[in-house]
Amino acid sequence: MGAIENTSNWTELIRPEHVHGSVYTNQAIFQAELEKIWYRTWVYVGHVSEIPEPNDFVLKSIGPQPVIMTRDDKGEIHLLQNRCTHRGAEVCQKTKGSAKSFTCPYHAWNFANDGELRGFPYPSGYEGVDKKKLALARVPRVDTYKGFIFGSMAADGPTLIDHLGAASEALDRLVMTSPKGEVEITAGFLQHKVQANWKLVVENETDGYHPKFVHASIFSVADSKIGELYGEESTAVTRCLGNGHTENDLRPEFRRRGTPLSWFGTSVDKLPDYVSRMQAAYGSAKANEIMIDGTPHIMIFPNLFIAEIQMFVIQPISVDETVQHVTALQFKGASDLNRRMRQQTMGSVGSAGFLLADDAEMYERTQRGLNARNPEWLFLGRGKHREHQDEQGFLVGNVTDDIASRGIWEHYLSLMKDGETQ
Amino acid sequence: MIEPVKHVEIALSDVTQFIYHEARLQDEHEYDAWEELWADDGIYWIPSGGGGGDPESEMSLVYDNRSRIGLRIRQLNSGKRHSQSPRSRLCRVISNIEIVGTEKDAIRVVANALVFESNSRGETLWPARYEYLLRRVDGDLRMSLKKVLLVNNDKPLHTLSFLI
Repeated sequence: MGAIENTSNWTELIRPEHVHGSVYTNQAIFQAELEKIWYRTWVYVGHVSEIPEPNDFVLKSIGPQPVIMTRDDKGEIHLLQNRCTHRGAEVCQKTKGSAKSFTCPYHAWNFANDGELRGFPYPSGYEGVDKKKLALARVPRVDTYKGFIFGSMAADGPTLIDHLGAASEALDRLVMTSPKGEVEITAGFLQHKVQANWKLVVENETDGYHPKFVHASIFSVADSKIGELYGEESTAVTRCLGNGHTENDLRPEFRRRGTPLSWFGTSVDKLPDYVSRMQAAYGSAKANEIMIDGTPHIMIFPNLFIAEIQMFVIQPISVDETVQHVTALQFKGASDLNRRMRQQTMGSVGSAGFLLADDAEMYERTQRGLNARNPEWLFLGRGKHREHQDEQGFLVGNVTDDIASRGIWEHYLSLMKDGETQ
Repeated sequence: MIEPVKHVEIALSDVTQFIYHEARLQDEHEYDAWEELWADDGIYWIPSGGGGGDPESEMSLVYDNRSRIGLRIRQLNSGKRHSQSPRSRLCRVISNIEIVGTEKDAIRVVANALVFESNSRGETLWPARYEYLLRRVDGDLRMSLKKVLLVNNDKPLHTLSFLI
């Protein structure tokens, strides 16, 4: 085993249809992922609607590290590391609020909400010290797409638009569920902790093979049509969008049904206000199309999962601990829809959710299972023989196939290999 | 018909007996018997994010109306609820039971609970403040509200798929 667990031997560990179990359990690999993925690529941090007013702030994270997401008095958004530049104490304890500045409680250094050091007590002791060099550390790159704020700890690299690539189209579609064209993240987050590696969570999000089995209990007792979307006979597909982004495209099934709002398990007569606002905003034909297609089911690598009615933000804590921050998606100008979104989300997800409690159980059982060292490899070959390119050139397969995992691992390999000679 | 407050006279001993009984049914996974303790307008509420904000606008861990309580029970009874198969082994201690007020035809009761859970993941302590609205239905006490304010509900929490 020793040689294969060499953390720079990435092409040995990650093969086209197999990954080595140690990628989920090895501490050194986790540390390498922090450097090469979490502190390098674009990571989703928060949404503009969480800090709507000047001087609003909210505590967020990039990987295990806390960051303060602020909006300064000019309206500009900053991601600041929650660490005093003096001796390292956290400068912010409140999870959200409004503040023009943050004062470290230890020695009362005071930082503006754009990170600048405004002052410290007894300045005569700091003769010749350049305050500019003692600003709070800023996440070097911050960019926003359709209100979704991403940060990259690397000063250089692909732009956010390059990173999102084809996944940006899913966010375009998502915001059109609102008659105002805007998502709002206003319902607060559940934080669900699992004793499992973050990649088990990421891979599960677009694994269309498991729902029928993992969620058999709720499908058997609730009047849910979700189960039938994920059978082998389903016309839904799983698609690799590049850069590790993957989706379960359920639109073929919803279009076959041809009923507006069927994707949400409801009908136009239940949400008349929403329907008329959508028709007014987009015209009857386009509104109908949007309401038939529904919202995306997309995993934007490495940590943003849009699951039709809710949003998960995946946070790795350690090699075997991950937190899923989850909230209901809310659509501006759609209060009657939003109420149902919250109710369904609360039922489905979080620690006590009808769905997610059982997903979490599988993550944890897998993590424990991987402590057994044989077989060394996980087999991700399902549907390899039938995957194919769609008309846009993306790799697609049956919704129950392992195609999404293969796409995630291919991208992972490219990130981990980057800068190393093999 | 809502009775005047002065007629809501329920002895603390009856309340205590009810809450201990409820605790035992939960510990022993007696799902159907537990469901019978609910009034028709029952709300089972486990807030998240620190306080007990407005469950109509903020995410809660659980915010079940009576019909969703029934769904939760049917899921547990299905035998396919993986996170409760095998079932968590549970033991809870309830104390500080106090009648703190009356509301329409109900009494408001608070209590402290410490629940120990052992399952295949490990061992977890769930400390909580309970708040009940109890009223008599055909002579028996029934819950029209059970609010479970977990002490650590502002932090990431493990899976909570048993009845707390």
